[in-house]
Amino acid sequence: MSSVLVFLENKNREISRISWEAMAAAHTLAEGLGLPVDLALAASPGNPIFEKIHGKAPRTVYAIDDKLLHDYTADGFTEAYRQLIEHVKPAYVVLPHTYQVRDFAPRLATRFKQVLISDVTGIEAPSGTTTPAFIRQLLQGKLNATYRHPGTGVCFLSVQAGAFRADPAHGGATTLEPFHPKLDAGQIRVKPGEPFRASAQTVDLGSAAILVSVGRGIKEEANLPIVQELATALGAELAASRPICDNGWLPMERQVGSSGQTVAPKVYLAIGISGAIQHLVGMKGSQCIVAINKDENAPIFEVADYGIVGDLFEIVPALTAAVRKVKA
Amino acid sequence: MKIIVAIKQVPERDARIRIDAEAKWIDLRDVEFMMNESDAYALEEALQLKEAHGGEVVVLSAGPERVGKTIREALAKGADRAIHIESDDLAGYDALGVASLLAAAIREDDGEDPDLILTGLQSDDLGLGQTGVILAELLNLPHASLILKIEKTGSGIKVLRELEDGWFQHLELPAPAVLTIQSGNSKLRYATLMGIKRAKTKEVRRVTVADLITVDPGAKPADPVVQLDRVSLPSKQRTTQILSGSPAEAAAALVEKLQFEVRAL
Repeated sequence: MSSVLVFLENKNREISRISWEAMAAAHTLAEGLGLPVDLALAASPGNPIFEKIHGKAPRTVYAIDDKLLHDYTADGFTEAYRQLIEHVKPAYVVLPHTYQVRDFAPRLATRFKQVLISDVTGIEAPSGTTTPAFIRQLLQGKLNATYRHPGTGVCFLSVQAGAFRADPAHGGATTLEPFHPKLDAGQIRVKPGEPFRASAQTVDLGSAAILVSVGRGIKEEANLPIVQELATALGAELAASRPICDNGWLPMERQVGSSGQTVAPKVYLAIGISGAIQHLVGMKGSQCIVAINKDENAPIFEVADYGIVGDLFEIVPALTAAVRKVKA
Repeated sequence: MKIIVAIKQVPERDARIRIDAEAKWIDLRDVEFMMNESDAYALEEALQLKEAHGGEVVVLSAGPERVGKTIREALAKGADRAIHIESDDLAGYDALGVASLLAAAIREDDGEDPDLILTGLQSDDLGLGQTGVILAELLNLPHASLILKIEKTGSGIKVLRELEDGWFQHLELPAPAVLTIQSGNSKLRYATLMGIKRAKTKEVRRVTVADLITVDPGAKPADPVVQLDRVSLPSKQRTTQILSGSPAEAAAALVEKLQFEVRAL
């Protein structure tokens, strides 16, 4: 019987939050198709991480167990996951769209002559004769596209962080089944080093109630003081989108987005930030989002509660003055 | 060192978004094009490796005639020669189909095999983020993605890979290998006047899909396994109150909202 198979991700000995979201997406898909959901995780069956699996009960949890999977490598994971897919024969494979998944999943899908539908933000259930539809974003979030997998063979998809709400914890009987892939050390061509952090964190964006975040629209490093003044007036921390940190105008630790920090403050002010997907995934959980941008079609306005369309060089100083007035 | 850099031409960042008549893509009339951002960084890494170790940088791109402009830009920046896979209907291919064409062009390229194949992490238009990794699988080469730095070692390369949440990792790979490059690590060079002049005399070999299939029947892309059904403008996830008026009026209105509705001040 075919199924929906979800690969969870083990990140620092925890199952990452986005894995639960992928599981919720898989349940949505499976319910529409009347299929069971199975889970898989690369860890030995005795690993306490398996006790942390919650949400709607899957049919089977596969513990993919081999010492060559202890450290992540694309070669090792691609081959082990391929063997499990051959064994389980699912109709759909669902993965969280993480950096690790982006590294091996295209390779895994290619081994089945398939193409991963990556970074999915929505699933439309099948109706009548149609197959399910998968929504993903194009042009950095300015356009939505509906994709289908019309053929036979396993359909691979990865789901975007924050796009699906993780199901609340449920009890339920689940079978834990060890799976031992046949791996050979010679198949692993890449030698991975230990992960490290570039520098000690001195700023904790996660604990700030208000974040003033600045993007490409600021144009030059010399213009940064106007946003710093606004942040000071508001008692806020200063944050930034990736290009600002790449340019070295602000340290990496102030970067919000998929390659930086994920934040959810009470108020997030996005100044001169267009709102590419990579930035939005890091801040769209904020309670209140304010966008100041010259382009009224910028994707940031899709997630904003309040927006001001115009020249940030006029608006930001006016805002600083208005904040100082009410705080005085 | 022979380095092949796969680059893609994409609509400019500020291109106007109008959906075309078939609702399959945006209307490309009046749209300007540019080199995909992370591909530009892949080219920069390749040029720096060549400067340090010698060798050749070959640019590979697929698409219609207009792609020639982006190829010339890469040559003007310092690439030695280029391969242009000419096709007017790439939209009919899925990522595996496009990667199959690139793989065929790499296999049939004259001279020695490449030591390194670089491309950007993902395209700014379709954003699938897969072409480089699929290419590695098709060529049966090791790969690493999200790469910020490349160093040559005795038998291969050592790279710096970006992980999530501000973490990094070094990896060692044997050559040849495929790397997908993350944007932003180095400063992109501009083409010099001399470079632009020289680019005009550099070799751009044009091959068609039919040419590639003649040499390598395996290059014939299969029917797409994934299809783009339609595109649409995104619906808003939140209701946005646009605060209008002069900068001072909009600012005052926002402060009032933050004070009395959000209760954050």
